[in-house]
Amino acid sequence: MTRVTFSPSILSRPVYAPLESHGAGPTIMLCDAEGAAAILDLAERDPAVMDYAHVIYIPSGSDYTVRMRALEARQYHEAPSYDAITARYRKALADATMGTRLYLAGTEGLIGKAAAEALAAGLPAQAIQAEHRGSIARRMQCVHCKGVTEDVTTDPFTCSHCGLTLFVRDHFSRRLGAFQGVCVDAETPGEVPERQEILP
Amino acid sequence: MIAQMLRVTEKEALTPLVTRFRFEHPDGAPLPLFSGGAHVVVEMPYGDMLRRNAYSLISAPDDGSGYEIAVRREDNGRGGSRFMHGNVATGDLMAVTSPFNLFSLDLRARKHVLIAGGIGITPFLSQLHQLSRMQVPFELHYAARSREEAAGLTFLPSLPHIHLHISNEGNRMDLGAILSGQPLGTHVYTCGPEGLIAAVEDAARRHGWPAAALHSEAFLSPPPGKPFKVTLARSGQTLTVGPHQSLLEALEAARIDIPWSCRGGACGQCETAVTSCKGRIEHNDHWLSDDDCAAQTKIMPCVSRFEGQELIIDR
Ligand code: FES
Repeated sequence: MTRVTFSPSILSRPVYAPLESHGAGPTIMLCDAEGAAAILDLAERDPAVMDYAHVIYIPSGSDYTVRMRALEARQYHEAPSYDAITARYRKALADATMGTRLYLAGTEGLIGKAAAEALAAGLPAQAIQAEHRGSIARRMQCVHCKGVTEDVTTDPFTCSHCGLTLFVRDHFSRRLGAFQGVCVDAETPGEVPERQEILP
Repeated sequence: MIAQMLRVTEKEALTPLVTRFRFEHPDGAPLPLFSGGAHVVVEMPYGDMLRRNAYSLISAPDDGSGYEIAVRREDNGRGGSRFMHGNVATGDLMAVTSPFNLFSLDLRARKHVLIAGGIGITPFLSQLHQLSRMQVPFELHYAARSREEAAGLTFLPSLPHIHLHISNEGNRMDLGAILSGQPLGTHVYTCGPEGLIAAVEDAARRHGWPAAALHSEAFLSPPPGKPFKVTLARSGQTLTVGPHQSLLEALEAARIDIPWSCRGGACGQCETAVTSCKGRIEHNDHWLSDDDCAAQTKIMPCVSRFEGQELIIDR
């Protein structure tokens, strides 16, 4: 459910293909909210993908817990938030060896943060797959103060750090796992276009 | 390619088949520095022909006092290595190009695993200097048939992460073991016979390694073949490429200016558009994509040949 088709954009904007199984092999899976459905779909297409999988699920209000537990992954953890699970996730990456695959599913904020963490740990980009499910809220970095605002759903939006009104760009930083927000009224202070819901 | 005349200051047999050469500037001037894995092209005036062969540098990249190469004598080859062994003596002046690197270390890697087969050890010898300066983790696996043939032995420090695999001592390389358990961010570099490179790629795929973490270098020497004719679109001139000559060498002999760098089908410099092809191009390079090869609209003159009625190239 809620598989989103994003409108075509610049090359920088990540696109998310449905997860594709690489079969049984060392695997880390991290999903939040509706992302669990993508993992369940993947496991249905190829149950072997669970044989060596370390699954981390952040329900954030959704309830796939019964079905996720029933997957019988080699390791399974539930967590109340990404921050709460970061230490465990980092440890999993630190212990991982070349050949490990990472499957991410859920919101763009989770995918962005988790992919950036994995790249920083040395996991090659080609070993990471991501499928977007659920909310289309974005994780935005203010290019002026560098503060990150999570769960942005309108364009423009107010930077939660410096208060500037920022325009939501499709320009994405893989290192930060965030989109770039640029001051919308720098030339004509106060002239701010009407706030709209962001579109997929 | 910029080449300068350098003096051969040392010539030393490392094994019965492999000889080390050192080149220095005749006035003692420092030579451009390079990075580990770089090669130079040495010009060999050879009868009425000019042979140019690429050799990996084995000396330290940060040492501009000279360039060193190790040349394996290929008795069935085209004669370049026989010329180096038989006709070159210390004191000679030879044209040597500036270093060029098609096999550099990926500096983003957390760890480097180097796999050498036979004379494929040469690019790693300069990389070892660079790696020990950078102080990053690495391991080297060096496979050779016997100790007597292992030319790299002289240069390899005895370190726990430098592994020898000598097949006549029954200690062959186990690629599966080498590739499993490597930390995230490891890159693998292979240099040696095509079979070794294919075996590493195969084992890596089975262990789930993404292709971006794999690097290899197989310098091809231009394979001999039947003579063929080629027409040059710009002048209308027709040349014949001899059985032991490459198309690139035939163009050079006709004084056609054409860019090149590796002369082994790897760098892409010599890529030439084909305007008409009635017959079959023997693509021997590692550069063109499968689609390009099938379309027969491009050719790499340094290694590829032709069989058929008509080949017209855009030169
Ligand atoms: S010279 Fe490098 S591919 Fe031909």
